[in-house]
Amino acid sequence: MSASRTFHSSSAAYFAGVKSALLSVYVLVLAGTYIGMGALTHDVGLSPPWLAVSTMLVWAAPAQLILISAAGSGGGLLEVALAVTLSATRLFPMVVALLPLLRGVATRLRDMLLPAHFTSISMWIESLRLLPQLEREHRIPFCNGLSTGYMGTAVVFGFVGYYLAAGLPPLLAGVLLFLTPMSFFLSTVNNARMLVDRLALSLGLALGPLLAYWQVQLDLMWTGFVGGSIAYAVHRIREAAQ
Amino acid sequence: MKAAIVDWGPYLVLILVGFVPNEVWRLVGLLTARGLSEDSQLVVWSLTVATALLAGVIAKLILFSSGELAGIPVGVRIGAAGCALAAYFAANRSVFVGVFAGEAALLIGDLIFAA
Repeated sequence: MSASRTFHSSSAAYFAGVKSALLSVYVLVLAGTYIGMGALTHDVGLSPPWLAVSTMLVWAAPAQLILISAAGSGGGLLEVALAVTLSATRLFPMVVALLPLLRGVATRLRDMLLPAHFTSISMWIESLRLLPQLEREHRIPFCNGLSTGYMGTAVVFGFVGYYLAAGLPPLLAGVLLFLTPMSFFLSTVNNARMLVDRLALSLGLALGPLLAYWQVQLDLMWTGFVGGSIAYAVHRIREAAQ
Repeated sequence: MKAAIVDWGPYLVLILVGFVPNEVWRLVGLLTARGLSEDSQLVVWSLTVATALLAGVIAKLILFSSGELAGIPVGVRIGAAGCALAAYFAANRSVFVGVFAGEAALLIGDLIFAA
């Protein structure tokens, strides 16, 4: 894809990012996820502003779930910190793969601090899809706009969930929870246009549940490492053969 | 941790136990990616690792669901994912159509099979 989409200014790129976020399927996903998170926050007795601050600072649903449920069930602070950091290892390869796409000639390290903090699954999938179509100088503001749109949605629906709390019928709650895997699944399929991506996707889909079923420690980390490395090796071998 | 949250203050716990252990991986990623170009082998490899990891998360969310989703039979969840994928391709690669078809299949499947 060629760099085709251009903007008059950085703020125009930023607002195009916000708009793109609000029109994407992830608004539904984040609304569903954070309604659930808000209800959980209510049940364990934490406050709505605490949830809002945690969404802005942590900005990772799995880590927030660990933190909030630990407040309800008890558990040592060190164990909770360890569980949070293990759940966050996935952010490392995501940031490494994303940042080179954002960087232009004049980009400083501190310009990348915000995009690195904003890195999360929905923003990552959409950035990989949309950024290659943009001029390099507009990629960071666009990406920050996209992320603000998502984070704002999450914060708002955290409050909604807190005040709705236990009022959700179970089937509706189930349907809301299903939004997350469905949209991640189809978006990843949608982004996987090259053989190497399709291979990584298929291997991950197969290895994830297998390793979890065998109760392998750190199953998701191994899924990524083994599945990703096999796909990468196949990609290298095919390149060498050509 | 409830007692600890009262002792330490919920915001201090949030920073020390939530923010810092989570954010450290983003910073390590930021420092690693510094100076790397898009076609660098480490970046290509990171992309495949992140894709496989994300696929693992998705499969686990569907097969080993938690919360209210766990109350819907696993066969219905897998079938709904299949319907979503079929609808996505049938609708000329539309993620929206696929997600809505998957949700509809989940609802209908649950009404038929759960009782």
